Amino acid sequence: MSDLRLRSAGHYRLRRLIGNIGFGFAVLVLISPAIMFFLWMLSLSFKNEMENTDWPPVFIPATPTLDNYREVFERNDFLRFAWNSIVVSFGATGIALLIGVPAGYGIAKMHAMRAAALILIARITPGLSYLIPLFLLFQWLELTGTLAPIVITHLVITVPIVVWVMISFFEGLPPELEEAALVDGATIWQAFRYVAMPLARPGITVATILSFIFSWNNFIFAMVLAGRETRTLPVAVNNMLTFEQISWGPLSAAALLVTAPVLILTLLAQKQIVAGLTAGGVKGA
Amino acid sequence: MQQANTIPAAATDASVARPRNYARRYGWFIVPAAVVVLAVIIFPWIFTVYVSAHDWRLGGARQWVGFDNYIKLFSDARFGWAMLRTLFYTVLAVIFPMMLGIAAALAFHRKFPLRGLARTIFILPMMATPVAVALVWTMMFHPQLGVLNWLLAQVGLPPSMWVYSTQTVIPTLVLIEVWHWTPLVMLLILGGLASLPVDPYEAAKIDGANGWQSFRHITLPLLMPFIVVALIIRCIDALKAFDTIYVITQGGPGSASETINIFLYLQAFAFYNVGYASAVVVVFFIIILALAALLLWTRQRVKVT
Repeated sequence: MSDLRLRSAGHYRLRRLIGNIGFGFAVLVLISPAIMFFLWMLSLSFKNEMENTDWPPVFIPATPTLDNYREVFERNDFLRFAWNSIVVSFGATGIALLIGVPAGYGIAKMHAMRAAALILIARITPGLSYLIPLFLLFQWLELTGTLAPIVITHLVITVPIVVWVMISFFEGLPPELEEAALVDGATIWQAFRYVAMPLARPGITVATILSFIFSWNNFIFAMVLAGRETRTLPVAVNNMLTFEQISWGPLSAAALLVTAPVLILTLLAQKQIVAGLTAGGVKGA
Repeated sequence: MQQANTIPAAATDASVARPRNYARRYGWFIVPAAVVVLAVIIFPWIFTVYVSAHDWRLGGARQWVGFDNYIKLFSDARFGWAMLRTLFYTVLAVIFPMMLGIAAALAFHRKFPLRGLARTIFILPMMATPVAVALVWTMMFHPQLGVLNWLLAQVGLPPSMWVYSTQTVIPTLVLIEVWHWTPLVMLLILGGLASLPVDPYEAAKIDGANGWQSFRHITLPLLMPFIVVALIIRCIDALKAFDTIYVITQGGPGSASETINIFLYLQAFAFYNVGYASAVVVVFFIIILALAALLLWTRQRVKVT
C-alpha cells in the first residue's frame, strides 16, 4: 500500500495540478458572466455611437470618449435626480435606523416571535402590493409631487431590513453585560443606549449598508409616485429609454452612474454585506 | 422607581414572574416601529381588501361590488395566462439559480488565491441597480447589433431573437434573473457550508469514501436545511420579479411575458382599475403567505436540528 503510494507520488502531483487548473477554470467560468457584463457596460459608455453600433462589436474603444457622460448631464436634470435619490435613500435609511434598531432590541429581548414573523411577511410581500393603497392615500393627502411619499414608501423596504438584521444581532449578544448594568441601577433605556448599542455597532453597519443599497436600487415606488421633479435615478434612467431616441452610449453612461455608488459600496463593504445577507437572506421589497 | 421595585423582587423570589414583567418593559422599544409598520404595511394590507370589494376607478367613481372582482378574476383568461406564465417563470428562475448557486458555494467554500476578490465579483450582480442592469441587457439582446448574438455566432450557434420573440422572451428574462440572483443562493449555501462539522468527513476519509460519496452522503444531507431555506427565498423572489420584466418588455411582445406582477401593474396604473387590481393583490398575497408559512416552518425545523 505505502509502496504503491511512493511510486505514484509524481503521478499524484500531476493529477493535483490538473485538478487545480480545472478548478481555477471553473471559478473563472463562474465569475465571467459578472465580469463580462460590467466590462461591456463600461465599454459601451466610453465609445462613440459609431463604434457602439459597429459589427462585429468593438470591445476596446479606439478613441475613448467622455462625450456620453457629458451628454447625460447636459440633456437631463441628472444632478437633481441624483439629489432626489440621495435624499430618499438617506432619509428612508435614517428613519429606519432610528426606529428599527430599538425595535430589533425590543423584539429580541421580548422574544416576540409574532412581531418577527410580521416583519418577515412584510419583507417577502411584493412591493407592488403596497402601491395601490398608498397611492390612494397620498392622493387623498395631496402629497403627490413631493419627495415625502417616496421616502415614506421606501420605509416598506428599509424598516424590515433593519429590524430583521438587528433582531439576529441583538439575539447574539451575551445578556450578562446589560444585566450587570441593570443591577447597577441603569434604566433599560440606558442599558440599551450605552451597553447593547455600542456592542451592536457592526450589526448597525450591516443594516445601514443593506438598507441604503436596496432603497437606492428601488424602482417601482418612485416610478408610480414621482412627478417630473421628484424622480429618483432608476426612474430617470428608465425614462431615458422610453422617451428619447435610444443612443447606447449615453444610456450606458447613465446606467453606470446610477449603479456605481452601490457597486463601489459593495466592493468596500463586501464583508459586512456577506455577513448580513447570509444571516437572513435579506432583500428589498 | 419601578426599577427599585422590580430588581430586588426578581432577586429574591418569583423567578417565574420576573421574565414576564421584565420582558414587557421592552415594549416601548417597539412602539415607534410598530406605528410606522402599522401605517405603511398593515394599513395597506387592510385597505387593499377594502378596495378589492369595489369597482374602483382611479380618479373616478367607486361602487361596492362585494366579491364580484374575485369572481371576474377567476373567469379572466388573461389572469389565467398570467398565472401560468408566472409559474413557468418561477420554476425556471428557481431551478437554475439553485443548481448554479450550490455549485458556486462549493467552489467558494474551498480555499484558493484571490478567493475574496472572486467572491466579491460574483456577488456584484446581486447588488447592482436592477433598472440600470436591465437597460444594458436590452442593448445586449439587440437582434442585429447586440453582443450576445455575436457571441452565439462565435460558437457556431444561430442568432436568437431574445426578448423580441414570444417563444424566447421568458427564458431570456429568466437568464437575467439567474445572472442576478444566483449569488444570493450561493451566499445562503456558503453560510451553511461554513457551519458544517468536520468530524464526519474525517471518518469518511478513513473509511475510504471518495469526494463524490462524501458530498452525496454527508454534505448534502447536512446542508438540506439551508438548501430548503434558499429554495423558499428563491421561490418568493422569483414570484416578486417585476423591475427587469417591466423595464425590458413591459409584458410584451404582445402579452408573452405578462406575469401576475405586470398584469397587476397594468390593471392598476395603466387601466386605472384599482378595485380589480386589489383583488389580484389579495390572491397573490395569499399565495405568498402560504410560501411564507413554509419558510417559517422550515426555519423552525432548522433550529431544532
